[in-house]
Amino acid sequence: MARLLLAVSVAGALSACGNIEPWVKPYERDRLADPIMFLDADPVSSAYIYHVYEAREGARGGEGTAGGGCGCN
Amino acid sequence: MRRHIQYLLTVAVIITMSPLSLAGVLPDDRSDILYHQYVGGGVEIDGPSILVRKSVSKNVSLAANYYVDLVSSASIDVVTTASPYTEERTQYSLSGDYLRGDTMMSFGFTSSEESDFDATTYNLSIAQDMFGDLTTLTLSYAYGDDTVRRSDDPGFFRDNTRQHYGVGVTQILTKNLISALNFEVITDEGFLNNPYRSVRYEDAGSALGYSFEPELYPRTRTSTAIGLRAKYFLPYRAALEAQYRYFTDTWDINSHTFSIGYTHPWNDFTFSARYRWHDQTGAHFFSDLFSRSEATNFRGRDKELSPLTSQTLKFSVAYEFLSNGAGFLDRGTVNLAYDHLMIDYDEFRDISTGALLGDEPLYHLDANVFQLFFSFWY
Repeated sequence: MARLLLAVSVAGALSACGNIEPWVKPYERDRLADPIMFLDADPVSSAYIYHVYEAREGARGGEGTAGGGCGCN
Repeated sequence: MRRHIQYLLTVAVIITMSPLSLAGVLPDDRSDILYHQYVGGGVEIDGPSILVRKSVSKNVSLAANYYVDLVSSASIDVVTTASPYTEERTQYSLSGDYLRGDTMMSFGFTSSEESDFDATTYNLSIAQDMFGDLTTLTLSYAYGDDTVRRSDDPGFFRDNTRQHYGVGVTQILTKNLISALNFEVITDEGFLNNPYRSVRYEDAGSALGYSFEPELYPRTRTSTAIGLRAKYFLPYRAALEAQYRYFTDTWDINSHTFSIGYTHPWNDFTFSARYRWHDQTGAHFFSDLFSRSEATNFRGRDKELSPLTSQTLKFSVAYEFLSNGAGFLDRGTVNLAYDHLMIDYDEFRDISTGALLGDEPLYHLDANVFQLFFSFWY
């Protein structure tokens, strides 16, 4: 019974997703479309600097990139 | 060449798999010509990176990237246990994006070659816009295959494989605020240590009081990273960005990374500044000085595996020219970026000073990173 309730709840939640009204209309996104708001405006440059971080630190990934490269001394 | 841990992942991956772009639009047709230079800790690395991206139909965009590292190294590791060296790493990437409705499918291939290390990476991703294009969900996978060699031993070959799994969500929150959540798991298996690097151990029979032996890492590593970033449009046309990343892995490295940035356009210029702070614990098998030879099953003295705190200050400026286009070009920018890295190591000591055993100062690294690049849209 609990599983049935869970399934119904999940199905209800998912069907509700289909009815989500965009709360920011397309004509309200001019500021977000400004190049200064791009999260990764210069991919080649950001790929390089994340490569530097990964070479100099023990952590990797999760900073908005899936990229890296060698860890040259 | 002396390598650290071999970080997989490629420039092509970020170019094709970034969860930070909308899925329903192909990337801009664009070319970038970049010169990069890293100077710090006795190491100088510079070279070009060239990206060309062009849509070949209304649904397909292709990109190619050529990247070179010219390395001249007399780092703290090298001057204390080996000899300075120079080498070159060359990397090629090819990638493609296929757009169908609100879905973007991407693929990529990267090959990296140097005198004693080859790496090949394949990556796939799929991104879907949903909820009135307020949300973009990206799933990504990459597989890497490396070959490690030694320049002084023609018979030395070791393999690594690496797999990357990523989930990213970009979310428009308000008409002024956009955010992105990025979750990544990376697994490595194979020869993960540097074939040249040594660890230090106490040796009463040595005049210095210590000797060296080869490092030995575990053959597997799994890391998990979760990152959150948000960018806010300020009322006078400027942008404020904040970012946080938590990282943990099976080598007991845990880290927190914060950054905050500000972007301010002025006429044809765009100025940016950023501060980044990173703090990590060390790997469980890291030690600056082991108590004896083969003291533990695994051992490493890579300073990047030491507990450390890293801070970065970044300044950049972009100038837009050809605003009205010229020939087939729509516009262009010239960009200059400067990053200053300051790294304090909590356990890795500077034995190049000649201080007595136990009195060596902790190592500190300052590095300057310059990027000069031209970007053209067409």
